[in-house]
Amino acid sequence: MNAPMPEPLVEVSDLCREFDVSKPWLNRLIEREPKQFLRAVDNVHFNINKGETLALVGESGSGKSTIAKMLVGLLEPSQGTILFGGQRMRTDTSAEMQVLRKRFQMIFQSPYASLNPRWRVGEVIAEPMTVLAIVKDRREIQKRVDELLVLVGLSAADARKFPHEFSGGQRQRIAIARALSANPEFIVCDEPTSALDVSVQAQILNLMRDLQDELGLTYLFISHDLSVVRHMANRIGVLYLGALVEIADSKTLFSNPVHPYTKMLLDAVPDLAMTGRERKRVEGEIPNPINPPTGCTFHPRCPFANERCKREVPLLKAYGTGVASCHAVEEGRID
Amino acid sequence: MTTPVLSVKDLVVEFPTRHGPLTAISGVSFDLAPGEILGMVGESGAGKSLTGSAIIGLLDPPGRIASGEIWLQGERIDQLRGDDMRVLRGRRVGMVFQDPLTSLNPLYTIAEQLIETIRTHLEISVNEARKRAIGLLDDVGIPAASRRIDDYPHQFSGGMRQRVVIALALAAEPALVIADEPTTALDVSVQAQIIEVLKEQCTQRGASIMLITHDMGVIAETADRVAVMYAGRIAEIGPVKDIIQNAMHPYTSGLMGSIPSLTQEDDRLVQIPGAMPRLAAMPAGCAFHPRCERVFDKCTASRPQLIPMGTHEVSCWLYDDATAVAAKP
Amino acid sequence: MEQLSTFLASDFFYKFRRSPVAVGAFVVALLMVLAAVFAPLLATQNPFDPGSLNLMNGFSIPGEPNQFTGETFVLGTDDQGRDVYSTILYGLRISLFVGFSAVLFAMVLGATLGLIAGYTGGRTDSIIMRIADIQLTFPAILVALLIFGIAKGITPPSYRDEVAIWVLIIAIGLSDWVQFARVVRGATLVERNKEYVQAAKLIGRKPMGIMVKHILPNTLGPVLVIATISLALAIIAEATLSFLGVGAPPTQPSLGTLIRVGQGFLFSGEYWILLYPAATLLALALSVNLLGDWLRDALNPKLK
Repeated sequence: MNAPMPEPLVEVSDLCREFDVSKPWLNRLIEREPKQFLRAVDNVHFNINKGETLALVGESGSGKSTIAKMLVGLLEPSQGTILFGGQRMRTDTSAEMQVLRKRFQMIFQSPYASLNPRWRVGEVIAEPMTVLAIVKDRREIQKRVDELLVLVGLSAADARKFPHEFSGGQRQRIAIARALSANPEFIVCDEPTSALDVSVQAQILNLMRDLQDELGLTYLFISHDLSVVRHMANRIGVLYLGALVEIADSKTLFSNPVHPYTKMLLDAVPDLAMTGRERKRVEGEIPNPINPPTGCTFHPRCPFANERCKREVPLLKAYGTGVASCHAVEEGRID
Repeated sequence: MTTPVLSVKDLVVEFPTRHGPLTAISGVSFDLAPGEILGMVGESGAGKSLTGSAIIGLLDPPGRIASGEIWLQGERIDQLRGDDMRVLRGRRVGMVFQDPLTSLNPLYTIAEQLIETIRTHLEISVNEARKRAIGLLDDVGIPAASRRIDDYPHQFSGGMRQRVVIALALAAEPALVIADEPTTALDVSVQAQIIEVLKEQCTQRGASIMLITHDMGVIAETADRVAVMYAGRIAEIGPVKDIIQNAMHPYTSGLMGSIPSLTQEDDRLVQIPGAMPRLAAMPAGCAFHPRCERVFDKCTASRPQLIPMGTHEVSCWLYDDATAVAAKP
Repeated sequence: MEQLSTFLASDFFYKFRRSPVAVGAFVVALLMVLAAVFAPLLATQNPFDPGSLNLMNGFSIPGEPNQFTGETFVLGTDDQGRDVYSTILYGLRISLFVGFSAVLFAMVLGATLGLIAGYTGGRTDSIIMRIADIQLTFPAILVALLIFGIAKGITPPSYRDEVAIWVLIIAIGLSDWVQFARVVRGATLVERNKEYVQAAKLIGRKPMGIMVKHILPNTLGPVLVIATISLALAIIAEATLSFLGVGAPPTQPSLGTLIRVGQGFLFSGEYWILLYPAATLLALALSVNLLGDWLRDALNPKLK
């Protein structure tokens, strides 16, 4: 194997994000409660290489959407850095950030809320081009909008319509056309198909893969659905309560999961092929993220937890081609 | 043959509009045997939830049952109104919805709600009912049930709340439980637990389940038979394993192929072009024909009825003896 | 043309056509506005041009020839011989002009502050909304009276009649901006978290552009409803102020001024000087209010 050295496009290190979830000042004063913080993202590291799809999977409260927002400069990290093509990501609109903004885009979860209902489809798609001053000539913009609509499987005549005239799947195509209009290298896809029906989901996933091949895009794919993630990603990161518990190649993660939480997630997926795959019973629920468990946050649900797990936060260690953070794996208590 | 718990015959649900009535459910028929779990699967707009609402008389106006019959344990129920319908819903049909908070009253404790439901069904004292209620909560897997029974709904997590709803649905020992997307709002790791509790508890009590969901995985785990719905009609109905492994209707096989697999390598998913037709623009003949790759002239002309094919019933002209020959390449 | 035909085919227009109250209110309100706009053409005289008046015509009884001049006035005349029909037309002009302008002023001010408060949040939001709360504790008429008093104090007497109308507009507008601000702020809080706003932020659109181009158009539905209901209230507020003698001056009388003047003749039997302006005001306020109520219900999907 002589694969070229992967070239990182996005480098995320020590990323943390806290939210102030305190009650209003007066209530705190009366009830004598301190300020409360929710640590949505806790010390997350990863790289995304050029041309690959990295998926982040997790359940509610895992911090996956918060990471997505920080990665595209919609949210300031509380700690840590995000480098995009070697440049530091910020939330302001300075000239250098505006140059950087041409290079990344995002596709959102809801095809209904992500398009302004009062704008014509043509205006929606043209917005990134005009705001980022990529194409200035009006006729040129028109031409590019038409091309993009055809590229995502709609027709040029659709530019004059309003979003409500389209179905959910078609709207998601429009959102993809908008994301492509500024010619980005990197697209963050935040649950792009979770609001769609399966047959439409298949259309959108196929389209996204075709576009990746055609345009050489890099994706960060965020989802709660393991089978979708397996279909789309080269590498997968598993998040639990804001922390990254495992990253591995897609194939390795599914054939040989290391972290007990990853194993549990895999066991929770219904067996559609009815192969009689052996599965363990899933136990427990996700704890309240405002008051997470001590040590390894997964320990109350983990069949392998011991005293050390309750006390000490595990660090990411390399196992094979991937990394995982688990005391039990490190100590060899799990094979 | 035993009487089916639920028997739906040629159900038609319409929504009157100023441009004339829109037919949302068009001639749906199926039976549900005692203790059986029937899955109703389909994409949004297929009419699966509407079928459930029609059975329990909860259609949102102006929607109405235009024709057809619904029988519960040998008694016709589609013409029940007002109090009769409420009694039926409380005692003989249990309901579990997507959002547990729609079934639970936030102003009352779990105990109050459970005891009330139990006592509409059984003439026992409050103390007796409370004991039964604790037993029910134990059965659905609420830890420390005797303590938590006096909590309010908001004090439970999403998964626990759905367990409470299941206990409430079973409290009056109904013959039928209608579960409409019971796991859709829950996390993956909680979904599996809820499905298991629902199945286990209903089976123990001999209640039949009508499980309405868009998730084929949930159906595969739970149901005995499955009805695949498309555009207000049943496209195919039969035993789950047969439908999943040997789908006959082109829509069913397309649907199965479009689900990404956890175990198989697939570069491209099967995709069905287009989208479910709107009610106002229902195609003539087979509603699926504009999206079907095996369409032939008969499909555009007239609507296929369910044709028995081995263990399945399929509504597709490909399986009609008289026309099948013409369609074969 | 294309937009007109889409509108005529829309559910909104269908619902409108099916509601007799809405159609009736709309027709009455439209007639009033047309009458006000074309007042100079419809009136028999300009009642405020002293040259066109004949004192001999004073106190003509509606529909009967005047005992001195033999002229007939449909709605009678007042003590100065002004045709009541014509004064109503001109009074309607002032009333509607003040009403529309005051609502427009309140709408622009309220929507701007509401948009800024909702989008910026934090301290700016707190300051704007606390001011709004404080203002709400004073009755609207009191606020208007206060502003009116201040304006009167700072303008030289010779200008007073000229600026009176504008002071009236500002006074009513300032007492009415709060509800626009609240509604727009509420809608902004909902819209600013929607993903299309995130998409605009992502490409570095400035807050001003996001507020004006993205959020504002999506808050206009409820604003329109409030504006219609406010119009009825503003017309009544104007009439009240004018009735109290702090509104439109006798040289430019509104319906309220006419009622104030007319009430002096009520007990001497010349009922028409009061009755007809009052009836006009009632019909105007009622029709606009009914239209506003209907619009609120028609645009609220929850009440379907």
